[in-house]
Amino acid sequence: MNYETIIGLEIHVELNTKSKIFCSCSTGFGAQPNKNTCPVCTGLPGALPVLNKEVVNLAVRAGTALNCDINLINKTDRKNYFYPDLPKAYQISQFDIPICSNGHIDIEVEKEKKRVNLTRIHIEEDAGKLVHLEDEEVTLIDYNRAGVPLVEIVSEPDIRSAEEAVSFLKTLRSILVYSQISDCRMDQGSMRCDANISVRELGNKKLNTKVEIKNMNSFKEVYKALKKEEKRQIELYSYGEGYKVVQETRRWDSSKGRTITMRTKEDAHDYRYFPEPDLPPVIIQESVVKNIKSSLPELPKEKKERMIKEYNLTEKEVNIIIEEKEIADYYEEVVKKCGEPKEAANWIITEILRLLKISDKITVKASYLSDLIKEVKKGTISNTAAKSVLEELAVSDKTVQQIIEEKGLRQISNANELEDVVEKILFDNKQAVEDYKTGKKRSFGFLMGQIMKETKGKANPVVVKELLTNKL
Amino acid sequence: MNLERFTIDSIKQGLMSKQFSDVELLTEYFKRINKYDMHIKSFITLCEEESLKKAKEVDEKIAKGEKLGFLEGVPVSIKDNICTNTIKTTCASKMLNDFIPPYDASVVKKLKESGAVIVGKTNMDEFAMGSSTENSSFFKTKNPWDIDRVPGGSSGGAASSTAAGFVPLAYGSDTGGSIRQPASFCGVVGIKPTYGLVSRYGLIAFGSSLDQIGPLAGTVKDCALGLEAVQGSDTKDSTSIKEEYCINYLNTIEDGIKGLKIGIPKEFLSEDLNKEIKSKVSESIKALEKLGVEIEEFSLPITETGLSAYYIVSSAEASSNLGRYDGVRYGYRTDKFEDYKELILKTRTEGFGDEAKRRIMIGTYVLSSGYYDAYYKKAMIYRQKVKKLFKDAFSKYDVIVSPTSPILPFKIGEKTNNPLDMYLADTLTVNVNLAGIPALSMPCGFSKSKLPIGIQFMADHFNEEKIFRTAYTLEQELKVDNVPQMKLEVK
Repeated sequence: MNYETIIGLEIHVELNTKSKIFCSCSTGFGAQPNKNTCPVCTGLPGALPVLNKEVVNLAVRAGTALNCDINLINKTDRKNYFYPDLPKAYQISQFDIPICSNGHIDIEVEKEKKRVNLTRIHIEEDAGKLVHLEDEEVTLIDYNRAGVPLVEIVSEPDIRSAEEAVSFLKTLRSILVYSQISDCRMDQGSMRCDANISVRELGNKKLNTKVEIKNMNSFKEVYKALKKEEKRQIELYSYGEGYKVVQETRRWDSSKGRTITMRTKEDAHDYRYFPEPDLPPVIIQESVVKNIKSSLPELPKEKKERMIKEYNLTEKEVNIIIEEKEIADYYEEVVKKCGEPKEAANWIITEILRLLKISDKITVKASYLSDLIKEVKKGTISNTAAKSVLEELAVSDKTVQQIIEEKGLRQISNANELEDVVEKILFDNKQAVEDYKTGKKRSFGFLMGQIMKETKGKANPVVVKELLTNKL
Repeated sequence: MNLERFTIDSIKQGLMSKQFSDVELLTEYFKRINKYDMHIKSFITLCEEESLKKAKEVDEKIAKGEKLGFLEGVPVSIKDNICTNTIKTTCASKMLNDFIPPYDASVVKKLKESGAVIVGKTNMDEFAMGSSTENSSFFKTKNPWDIDRVPGGSSGGAASSTAAGFVPLAYGSDTGGSIRQPASFCGVVGIKPTYGLVSRYGLIAFGSSLDQIGPLAGTVKDCALGLEAVQGSDTKDSTSIKEEYCINYLNTIEDGIKGLKIGIPKEFLSEDLNKEIKSKVSESIKALEKLGVEIEEFSLPITETGLSAYYIVSSAEASSNLGRYDGVRYGYRTDKFEDYKELILKTRTEGFGDEAKRRIMIGTYVLSSGYYDAYYKKAMIYRQKVKKLFKDAFSKYDVIVSPTSPILPFKIGEKTNNPLDMYLADTLTVNVNLAGIPALSMPCGFSKSKLPIGIQFMADHFNEEKIFRTAYTLEQELKVDNVPQMKLEVK
């Protein structure tokens, strides 16, 4: 039997605001516990919320970047439930009228283009964080995150595989980061994803019971959890009568690599939503929406199309470069300075991205990388030498010139100078010369290598190759 | 010093002309409080030391000839659901028995800035839920006119503290009549301002869309002064209004009411109404007519359904507002518990009184899925209708008049076993809160048994000025002696 997987995602994204959604406390990550709190965000009796207008602007920005309709007359609602990290015992959110609706994101999986529709985007406040101490009978609560502004983005159940889900998340993330709406760090919790997943026999129109998966903290985990859950559900259906998927919320346990029941439908909360009486309706002026629309930067999709045309890069190269806005901006800066789009792409894709795995930000100035590329182009240094210059650039403040001089990496391109070396190597390796002459073309590479070794890599390979060919 | 007849004006003049110092004044007030409050029990917390310290500062300011605040040196009481920095704020609940707010309510901040002296925090029904102050977790407050009777509620401590001459000015809160009904029961003047005129920041929420802070005082002028002192927009309360709606009421209060049109909603004077109340209110209406207003009876059929809508909306909001009392961050926490569920269950079972629990249950029920449309949604639709009916009425009338309470102050314990009967006491006041309009209660006479009877004036949003002018004019005409002769055994 063939099955089809149906996935819908709910993504929570923390917005890039300086202060919280309903008070002036800082949203900074990593502060001392409960440092960024006040009577409002800790829900002290009598305290009242005041909406941070920047939150509305960023939500509109998100809606615009994600092709949504913007709702001009908005209200907020209370979502009531008890949990120690929720200081008021209700979350101020939006229920029946979200700020944005009917959007879409275009994704690509293995060259297949696909549109995933978005149901809605709404604004809400984040809750605090529980800290369970090991071997201690206490739970500590940090309310620094309570009141940090979020948007919840809900997709339609248009996603058909874990691969598509990850592609969707990556595309969404890059749009939001490009638009400066959020930094979308899954590791810091500024982007969080829940998934609704069900499977059905291929060709069947009716949707089967869905299961909600929570606690996936990276794209990789989203992939693994969905694969695992897809398998679990298909297996249950394959057993036939008596085995059923039940509607429930399951938690992904990454250490065990499986999902575990959190709560079933019977335990589901009745959130008792009702309009938030402490906040008046939020009216958005059409002019504000217009301004936000016109202030949006170039988004990944447009950037990709432009880069392919403008720099003559392959789609694969561009995909890598534009995945992070920081890299794309860096790339364009390097190209502007050195005028070598292809070379710049190679250097960034192979070397800069490798360095990024070691340190989490780019430590080589764009102007230095462009100098380096220019030097290679001029033939001042070899490609190999350039790599060692880059290593040094990444950890020091020295200029390209300084490093080349210090390390004595300047390439020998003078044919007279090199001729002696070539002669010497040919004399020392008579066997290899013989081999070459009897048709073993591999010997050419060996001889080239010996020459490079002799010159400590400083010989210009183009010149050496020419000399060697002539001599042989 | 004749404290029970002191007005804000006479205090200010006395201080300025150095007839007495503020320390002398506060000392006298505390003498009176210490003598009588053991019987009346208006206060949960008294701040004698801080008050005298503040009074000393006032005296120093006067001596130096410094500019004085709007209420400089005037003693005020604050209902115990309004947050006072470093002073315990309990909501008369075991739940907040030890709660000391780390901040001042915006109203308290304004009062401090205007030089008022906070003498103490007054008793109330727990979380302002009730009409008799019998729902206080701590003790019952007595009516200074008859200590066997309730002072009304929920601002019973505020009203009794004013009637008993403990303070010339008190601040209470009104969600469905909680200022006006106790003002009526205790024979004082109290106003629930237009929703949004006074900041709610720091008022511990009961029904957020209905709650308003307002003043209670012995005279209409002092009540108006009390409102002027605290009204105005507040960036910390998103429902507070623009500054342009804030008017000086004293400028026009003596201008008379000739030509005003007053409407009498006949449903507010129904058969169920106490006969003595009906006759006193009718006398006042006649007096108003003599003073030159045009009186017209009209139909405003909102009393019964309004009461139901009120209890649905206020309880729904309360069930949400009271969720935060879970024993995790502040307030009461149960002794022993195994997990979060048990912590919250036991904390709330032990910490809340019966009435608070009743409202939480009603509110939770009406918001539950499957019941929302039948109750909460319907109530909200009805609320819009109430607003519209009032708007229509105010297109014809400047002021609407009715009794404040359909019943006289009742005996302590008389209604505690019948919550529904208690809810009916709010019939004439709750619609005002649903509509968000201002309404004032003032004494208009007494029953044969010498119990105060209150008359209520309502006006359109931000028309407090008309209310004060009408009330002041009637007050001058009726000259009701509203100082109780407290025949108390002094131990």
